[in-house]
Amino acid sequence: MKLLQELKYVESHEWVRVEENKAYVGITDYAQDQLGDIVYVEVPEVGTVVEAGDQFIVLESVKAASDVYAPVSGIVVEVNEELEDNPALINESAFDAWIVAIDMSMSNEIDSLLSAEEYEELCE
Amino acid sequence: MQLIFEKSKNGRKAYSLPECDVPDVLLNSIDSKYLRTESPDLPEVSELDAVRHFTQISQRNHGVDSGFYPLGSCTMKYNPKVNELAARFDGFTKIHPYQQEKTVQGALKLMYDLGSMLSEIMAMERFTLQPAAGAHGELTGLMIMKAYHQNRDDQKRTKIIVPDSAHGTNPASATVAGFDVVEVKSNDKGLVDIEELKAAVGEDTAGFMLTNPNTLGLFDENILEISKIVHDAGGLMYYDGANANAILGISRPGDMGFDVVHLNLHKTFSTPHGGGGPGSGPVGVKKHLTEFLPVPVISKKEEEYYMDYERPNSIGKVKSFYGNFGVLVRAYAYILSMGPDGLKEVAENAVLNANYIANKLKDKYFLPIDTECMHECVFSADWQKEKNEVSALDIAKRLLDFGFHPPTIYFPLIVHEALMIEPTESESKETLDEFISVMRQIADEAENTPEMVKTAPHTTVISRLDETTAARKPILRYLPFY
Repeated sequence: MKLLQELKYVESHEWVRVEENKAYVGITDYAQDQLGDIVYVEVPEVGTVVEAGDQFIVLESVKAASDVYAPVSGIVVEVNEELEDNPALINESAFDAWIVAIDMSMSNEIDSLLSAEEYEELCE
Repeated sequence: MQLIFEKSKNGRKAYSLPECDVPDVLLNSIDSKYLRTESPDLPEVSELDAVRHFTQISQRNHGVDSGFYPLGSCTMKYNPKVNELAARFDGFTKIHPYQQEKTVQGALKLMYDLGSMLSEIMAMERFTLQPAAGAHGELTGLMIMKAYHQNRDDQKRTKIIVPDSAHGTNPASATVAGFDVVEVKSNDKGLVDIEELKAAVGEDTAGFMLTNPNTLGLFDENILEISKIVHDAGGLMYYDGANANAILGISRPGDMGFDVVHLNLHKTFSTPHGGGGPGSGPVGVKKHLTEFLPVPVISKKEEEYYMDYERPNSIGKVKSFYGNFGVLVRAYAYILSMGPDGLKEVAENAVLNANYIANKLKDKYFLPIDTECMHECVFSADWQKEKNEVSALDIAKRLLDFGFHPPTIYFPLIVHEALMIEPTESESKETLDEFISVMRQIADEAENTPEMVKTAPHTTVISRLDETTAARKPILRYLPFY
């Protein structure tokens, strides 16, 4: 199973990369494999306030539409506009294709996320 | 294949009109602003061209009249032709919705009686026949539930609970009706997790929506306890009738504790379905909810049937006129021709057929919940996927080569690589055996010649479509065929 040690994970298959106070969020390689070819990414607007656990992104694949949940609370400060024209980036390289960045309001929420080992165990 | 417009030749025609039996109107007597200045762009073809064109289109289709159609959760049963005969009676086709009630007593009686029969079958007090399809029925039922709580001045009830095995329409309808949706997980038997449900209900619970049997084809044996938990919390029980085919004449939602039900006449009661619609999604309610039903309801005073609009607490109209009337006629004909014993046999044979397929295939395909099922069985292509990268989609495509419509795939969402098979009661043992033998052959191919399955279909007019590119880069304008 493809995983990056330096990332944090959520049991609903999102990954988080922390840069200073910003949390970049994507979906795991396992999740993209389960979804199949992703054809559309619906993202929240920059400025949207989210709480950890909120459904805030919708991914549409040839199989189904799936929700992505906010791993941490805060404000959406960036969205990856490349995905609008090329949602396939998520299938090609799930850990590079961040979807949004959240400016965290409670950065200690990161501590409760899963490590790579913990997430791997969960998927087995 | 060409469009009929591309077959058009100037001046060619396929009509010869009878002599006109009304006086001619001179064009110059009509104000020119109402006259078109150029002729309409209509195809000009001969009768034979037209017949061949539409025959060829029909041959590229698959319907239950052309072959086995085990599309899970859709109940693609045979639509008996006697239904069509009844629906074509002049007394039904040549009436107008604005006609006086006393001149359409037969049509009103049909609606009245159909409502009574559905009430008896589902143990409800009264039905509205207006909703145009299942999801429309859900919305109507939820609006009735909302009106009930508001009428009691109980404003806190903003949440609808649905299990994770629910049809996607349930949370969607609840959202459209203005509720928040709470999802409860299924337990390892595929049934509602009672502890999760207990934790989810409260004074904000407006109701619980359940399909029983559920989308895994399993009857929730805890239904009475579930109803009690929801009712004790002050919520209402909503029955999604998508799978009602499995329980006809055997058990009744009203007896299970449900307060509102919708039925899909185009599934359970054999009216045309899918592209052949339109559908019909009548909603039935228990006595405490009848005052909220849409207007008009069809009532009877002495021997006269009439449309009752005097219902101050009604949620109002949900459909123009009175619903898809022609569909109601077909369902009525079906119920009368089957009779109570016939409807019970429908459920028995639908369940028997699904269990037969489940048992004949479970050594070749993974059956995640290996227990007696109801009207459908849900396999997973996990074994094929893990070993040879053959997916549920590939298996579905390969079935096309043998003239079968594929089962529903990738639903319910809680089963990986789901293959959801609903044979219905219509099919003979010979047809089921043929399907089983083809499914076993495909499992062997997935093992020995996986490319054969992954590149299917091979014998259809159109080969495998590139669904991903079609979705990512759709071509929305027709490109002529030359």
